[in-house]
Amino acid sequence: MATYTTNQFRPGLKVMLDGSPCSIIENEFVKPGKGQAFSRVKLRNLQNGRVLEKTFKSGESIEAADVHETPMEYLYSDGEKWHFMEPSTYEQYEVDEAAMGEAVKWIKEQDSCDVTLWNNAAISVTPPNFVTLKITETDPGLKGDTSSGGSKAATLETGAVIRVPLFIQIEEVVKVDTRTGAYVSRAKD
Amino acid sequence: MSRVEAGAWRPVASLEALRARAELNRDLRRFLADRGVLEVETPCLASAPVTDLHLASLGSRLETQAGSRHLFLQTSPEFAMKRLLAAGSGPIFQIAKAFRDGESGRFHNPEFTMLEWYRPGFDHHDLMDEVAALLTVVLGSRRAEKLSYGELFETSLGVDPHRASAAELAEAARRAGVDWGGEEPEAQDREVWLHLLMSHCLEPGLGLKQPTFVYDYPASQAALARVRHEADGLAVAERFEVYVEGVELANGFHELIDAAEQRRRFEDDLALRRRAGLPEVPLDEFLLAALAHGLPASAGVALGVDRLLMLRTGVEHIRDVLAFPIDRA
Repeated sequence: MATYTTNQFRPGLKVMLDGSPCSIIENEFVKPGKGQAFSRVKLRNLQNGRVLEKTFKSGESIEAADVHETPMEYLYSDGEKWHFMEPSTYEQYEVDEAAMGEAVKWIKEQDSCDVTLWNNAAISVTPPNFVTLKITETDPGLKGDTSSGGSKAATLETGAVIRVPLFIQIEEVVKVDTRTGAYVSRAKD
Repeated sequence: MSRVEAGAWRPVASLEALRARAELNRDLRRFLADRGVLEVETPCLASAPVTDLHLASLGSRLETQAGSRHLFLQTSPEFAMKRLLAAGSGPIFQIAKAFRDGESGRFHNPEFTMLEWYRPGFDHHDLMDEVAALLTVVLGSRRAEKLSYGELFETSLGVDPHRASAAELAEAARRAGVDWGGEEPEAQDREVWLHLLMSHCLEPGLGLKQPTFVYDYPASQAALARVRHEADGLAVAERFEVYVEGVELANGFHELIDAAEQRRRFEDDLALRRRAGLPEVPLDEFLLAALAHGLPASAGVALGVDRLLMLRTGVEHIRDVLAFPIDRA
């Protein structure tokens, strides 16, 4: 099994910690005036997203995590699992709710997502930065009111609720930034 | 050499930072020259390295008619400068390059610049006063505070660093929220716990309002400092460190001048290195001979010039004050 020593630690490196795959966010080399050096490491647990802070003695090594990210097409959901396909091999992967996380709010069939695999099983899904989704429900706003800064709640076809400007109507298709959950614009046809 | 990334030939430090370095060097030289301290130069290469368990030397090969010889790049100019002191140089300083393998980070580059100076007739308190005066000149620092290592641990962590067991030190680290990613240090390893508490729990809070001097270290961390025995039998090393804005800036000693004691400490270091599986290193017999000849009672200090420049220019990373950090060297 591949291992990394502390002097190889860098942001983005995938390592195993307490049985979970983690991604290094930050590595600080800490050394008192005279004496033992340490690595102070911030990591994200890739299974639950939690951020941890750990100390290592310089020169220690930890196991590498077999983690990689690959673009996949979202096929469908059967209500319990979400099914994706690797477009070059047609290999299909099923993803559970925990691994889907926030992605369920934003994606529809045929969208391309980045799926993180650990030992060939999906552990997280990153939706595209921008998605276009249809409004299924919102209060009728004032027609022609394109200038005022007001906003209202609107439900998207995926079920997610976002804030949109007052002039947006049901059945319209809008562009949303999935990183912030914010309305961007009307989708251009 | 393979082609480099576009733009990687360029310096990392701004032109402004390069100018600030030139000005800082000028200020440092003027401060010491005005006090009658002589600027000297000694070689970066040496036949023997430091023996310190936690310092790794870089090396180089010298080819001569007699064959090839391994030389070590200095981790500080200390040994050579002490030979000058023993030869009667009087007070001396040097702005030198120093090299430490494996040290890279926000405050570390494997090749860095050190200001080191020695004051015959000074003890560590006299030299702390002089370092404080220098910080006032080059950083505009306020009057410095002084805390003994013992006071610092007692007031901030509630443990006596000289007497607490490793288990008590480990408990203090746990209270402070230290979480080990790898193996926890062995329970009997007091030194590692002290280094951990110092670097993780104490250093970041030192020198925030004014420079903070920490002095009288545990005898186990004496390095090349004299050890003094208190009335109650406690042995402390006459060593100090100074911190500004959480950054360790300088380390000083009331210098050990006893040749036999120096040889003993070197031998102890070698034993520790063997136990840790580190390579054998030769002892610096030039230094030991100079000590045997006689080193005047002195205090000496080494100050990280790159860190001083970081503080003076207000940058976050040592890269920003280096023309070419190690990855562009």
